[in-house]
Amino acid sequence: MTAKTLYDKIWNDHLVLAEDDGSALIYIDRQLIHEVTSPQAFEGLRLSGRKPWRRSANLAVPDHNVPTTDRQAGISDPISRLQVETLDRNCAEFGITEFAMSDIRQGVVHVMGPEQGATLPGMTIVCGDSHTSTHGAFGALAFGIGTSEVEHVLATQCLVQRKAKNMRVAVEGTLQPGLTAKDVILAIIGRLGTAGGTGYTIEFTGSVIRDLSMEGRMTVCNMAIEAGARAGLIAVDATTVNYLTNRPFAPKGALWDQAVAAWAHLHSDDGAHFDAEVEIRAEDIRPQVTWGTSPEMVLPIDGRVPDPNAEADATRRAGIQRALDYMGLKPGTPLTDVAVDKVFIGSCTNGRIEDLRAAAAVVQGRQRASNVRLALVVPGSGLVKEQAEREGLDRVFRDAGFEWREPGCSMCLAMNADRLEPGERCASTSNRNFEGRQGYGGRTHLVSPAMAAAAAVHGHFVDITRL
Amino acid sequence: MKAFTRITARVAPMDRANIDTDAIIPKQFLKSIQRAGFGPYLFDELRYLDHGEPGMDCTDRPLNPEFVLNQPLFAGARILLTRENFGCGSSREHAPWALEDFGIRAIIAPSFADIFYNNCFKNGILPIVLDAKTVDELFTLAKSGNDLTIDLEPQTIATPDGRVIPFEIDASRKHRLLHGLDDIALTLQHRVQIEAYEARRRTAAPWLFPDTAPN
Repeated sequence: MTAKTLYDKIWNDHLVLAEDDGSALIYIDRQLIHEVTSPQAFEGLRLSGRKPWRRSANLAVPDHNVPTTDRQAGISDPISRLQVETLDRNCAEFGITEFAMSDIRQGVVHVMGPEQGATLPGMTIVCGDSHTSTHGAFGALAFGIGTSEVEHVLATQCLVQRKAKNMRVAVEGTLQPGLTAKDVILAIIGRLGTAGGTGYTIEFTGSVIRDLSMEGRMTVCNMAIEAGARAGLIAVDATTVNYLTNRPFAPKGALWDQAVAAWAHLHSDDGAHFDAEVEIRAEDIRPQVTWGTSPEMVLPIDGRVPDPNAEADATRRAGIQRALDYMGLKPGTPLTDVAVDKVFIGSCTNGRIEDLRAAAAVVQGRQRASNVRLALVVPGSGLVKEQAEREGLDRVFRDAGFEWREPGCSMCLAMNADRLEPGERCASTSNRNFEGRQGYGGRTHLVSPAMAAAAAVHGHFVDITRL
Repeated sequence: MKAFTRITARVAPMDRANIDTDAIIPKQFLKSIQRAGFGPYLFDELRYLDHGEPGMDCTDRPLNPEFVLNQPLFAGARILLTRENFGCGSSREHAPWALEDFGIRAIIAPSFADIFYNNCFKNGILPIVLDAKTVDELFTLAKSGNDLTIDLEPQTIATPDGRVIPFEIDASRKHRLLHGLDDIALTLQHRVQIEAYEARRRTAAPWLFPDTAPN
């Protein structure tokens, strides 16, 4: 038998039908649903008189539009409110399980799914959201789809797909103390570029990946899409199995034992063929900060804002210049001289308990710098919030002058009331620094939770390995 | 789904790489629960000088004269010519909805982001990948204001100076687009195979088929 990659194995396990031209019908085990990309899909079902193929394969939660302040007051923006109420109504009408805004289990969809054990190894998982790649951390083939495909999965439990190519990114060695999964994935994106993974499924391997917690692995896979890859994958091991033990949606008893035994094959075989391979030395990774308007515009904290004139390619040169103009940065400025106005700690990238612990460890006993107007901490789910409060992390943040909020996507993409004002600069633990992403005219620098916390207490970016 | 066969239309050159879906349709417009009506907000932050909000009447908003689709030479453009990695970022199908609602039927670029590329076909938009050199040549042509004829059946782009440029597209996508077929109806023709797969899988991996969700 030929050696297979992890991606090959999951793909083969889900093949319903292969067409001659290379397209295939693949079966989808789990669909996660949120309020922004689903209303038109449900409306499509209604208009065509179709019913969901398998209701129990779907799980819904509102996250993008929900307020992070007082939930009792409801949603003040009527358009946001209508979208969330539409999700509630659609789930009730079609019989789909939903964790509504008032439910302790509500949270960012990519935090909620794994936390509930609704994400399991070997599954195919889709969601109308590009950061669905997050779930690949569990050895599941997970990718974002558009709304037409959300409707397609609701109606048929399948998708028409073409198989992607296999890429392996190996991170070997030992990370410097204080460095995190976020620094690893930003360094990988810096190497691959924002389109380097287009057409591939990326499997992340190597000693650094194996040593990461599930939270860290989710951070890595979450941003596979920022390198252009729809899906990221990490092999299943004891860390994966331990995380899932006794989660509400995970199998129990004999079924659990059977599942765990089956998951043992969810790794790439020795000698499996990868169409592209990249190796990164952990020792070369420094704390990362983005300086521009694409996640590939990233540098180590010891770096300086780049000079467009040093770039030979005209399109790239224009891109750097436009990014510097938008970001209000001058070439040659040390990144540690860049002061921030706001700090955002949260999102599907870095809104998990480990992220909050890392940020709190930096904040402990310090105060928010006077030039930082707002330091926002938004837990990824109600359960993350509850856990953090049990550990007293909310006190640490509040005592330091940070705001402790209710769970949701919040200022990662500013669809709710949390946003940057034009020209404001933010140290953010989220995943995209596109123009206007965190608010019209807002300027985003992507960093790890510890780096964001350090920027909040120092008022500018600092090298956390030197604190 | 809307069919695509052949169009002759003005091509608008958008000389910029990595145009993301946040730029194509900013997030505030994603709050709509409708599928139509996104056209006036296409490229909102690039196209207007003020800040757009959902429901705004765009007829009196200040236009950015620098933006290509605001220039008289490219009025009525239905073909977009752009650079690498067009449509990167979010999976929002509101991006092709906005392009289609505005009137864009084809996009030519050296590369597209995967999810966006896929979403185009669901909305009758033809994304065409050409090599960087040909794209460069088309930019030169487009900047002086020209029409292109895109014909899907023979997979060709014809330029006013008589050049015929071939392009690649996979057979199943081409077939669906040419005939405007309903993807869901096509998949449901395979109902028997899907049910057979489920039966096999239920035996091999029963934990994937719980009867109910936990409360």
